This record gives sequence, C-alpha cells and structure tokens, in this order.
Amino acid sequence: MRLIPPVLLVVLVVMWLVLNSTISLGHVVLGCVLSAFLLIAASRLRPLQPRMRRGYVLIGLILNVFVDIVRSNIGVARVILGLVGEREVRSGFMNVPLDMRDPHGLAALSMIITATPGTVWVDLSADRKTLTIHVLDLVDEDEWIRRIKGRYERPLMEVFE
Amino acid sequence: MSTVEFPLWAALPAAILLIIGGLVTVTGSIGLLRLPTFFMRMHGPSMGNTLGAGCVLIASMLLSSALQHRPIIHEILITVFIVIASPVTAMLVMRAAVYRTRVNEERQRKQATPLTAAAEGKQDGERPAAG
Repeated sequence: MRLIPPVLLVVLVVMWLVLNSTISLGHVVLGCVLSAFLLIAASRLRPLQPRMRRGYVLIGLILNVFVDIVRSNIGVARVILGLVGEREVRSGFMNVPLDMRDPHGLAALSMIITATPGTVWVDLSADRKTLTIHVLDLVDEDEWIRRIKGRYERPLMEVFE
Repeated sequence: MSTVEFPLWAALPAAILLIIGGLVTVTGSIGLLRLPTFFMRMHGPSMGNTLGAGCVLIASMLLSSALQHRPIIHEILITVFIVIASPVTAMLVMRAAVYRTRVNEERQRKQATPLTAAAEGKQDGERPAAG
C-alpha cells in the first residue's frame, strides 16, 4: 500500500471546504475521508507521483504568471485592435531549448504558456529537449526564450526536480 | 425581493470589473473573428479565458460577499479549473491544426509535380508485384 500524497490530500480537503463554504467539524472529517478514499483509488490509475520541494517558490511563480497574464492581455488587445503603430505584426513558431525533464513540471509549464494570451504550446520533441511554441507578436526570439527559461522554467525546476 | 441594494464599496469596483472583463472578452472575440490566419486566431479566446473570466469572477465574489455579509470565495475554484482545463483544448486544437497544415502542404507538393508523383506511385505499385 502506497502512502497517500499529503499535499494533494490537503488541497482536496480545502477544495471540499471551499465548495461547501464551511469549516464545521463534520465537513472537515467528511472531506478527509472522501479525499483519502479518492487518492487511494486514483493512485492505482496514476502511480507516478511528483516529488515537490520548496513549495514557497510556487507563490512567486504564481504572482509572476498573474502579472504576465495581465501584461500579455494588454499586448494581444493592442494587436487585435491595431494599436501597434506602423510596424507589421509578425506571428510564427519558435523553438525553446529546455533543461527540465520532469513530466509534472512540463505539464505546469505547458499550462502557464498556453493560458497566457499570445503564446500557445505546440509541441515537445520526443527527447523532451526542444519545445515549440506559437507566438502572436514575435518581435525578438531571444527575449521570449529568456522569459520562459528565467521566469517559468527555473522556479518549476526548483520545485519539481 | 425585486431590487437589491448593494453597498457602494462593493458595487463600484464590481461594476468597473464587469465592464473591464466584458471589454477584454469582446476584444478577444473580435480577434477570433478578424485575425488573418488560424494560428493567430488561436490567441484571441484565451484573453476571455484569463483576464475576462477573472474580472467577472472577482466581481461575483465582491457582490455575493456583500449580500451575505461573509466572504464568499467559491469563485477561486472556477478560476483554478479554467486555468487547468482550457489549455488542454487549446493544445489539442493547435496540434490538429499543425497536422492539417502538414497534410495540406504534402498534398500541394504532390499536385505541383503530378508527373513525378504518379511515376513514384507507379513504381511503388509495381514493386511488390515484381518481388
């Protein structure tokens, strides 16, 4: 019998309490029992478990992502409404070399990149070394590579690897 | 209960957030309609998914908290689920589009050189019969 992942248990119990918007003892107990049962059942389906360290890094990452989402919303809105001045908007595919190999970190990175307007995750090469993304307003490839590697990949590697 | 009176501290920011969220979502939808290529159109709807939905959900949190006189934070869960779920469909659509582009390009290449393609096809067809 494998151990129940504690972080996931806490997340599920908190989700249960938020959904019921209560912190009564009965719901805490019910949430714990339900979450533990679900996690035991789910661990058979997906035996691969992430090893998370230094979770506090995630807080900074989430704040960074929030700021980037607001900023890129403004950027995409300017492109759509034609407020970019005289220059021609060039969109296209670009490759980003990756150092991260952990599947959970890569899943988180794919969500961040796709949820941010202006960039969509397209493909990951079979050896997990090169990521292809599509960028709406591709001005400087090196700047995008620096942003993805510095702002997203490094904190994710600190947590998951 | 015909009309509900909201306190000003909740109604004013909620109204501003709703207007911003609506404008952002409309802009994204205009992008979905107007941008020239498929790959560019992919980027429009994610505006409504992120900032548009976020603004509406924060407004909803403010108003329901003001109504019930206690903090209501269900909406955070909706945000989390949107952020987790919507990239999956975006990636699926993107990969399907990339595949379609590749298939179309191959088809065009074959049409551009019909004689050689036909000859290759003939050779390929004859080989198993000969062997």
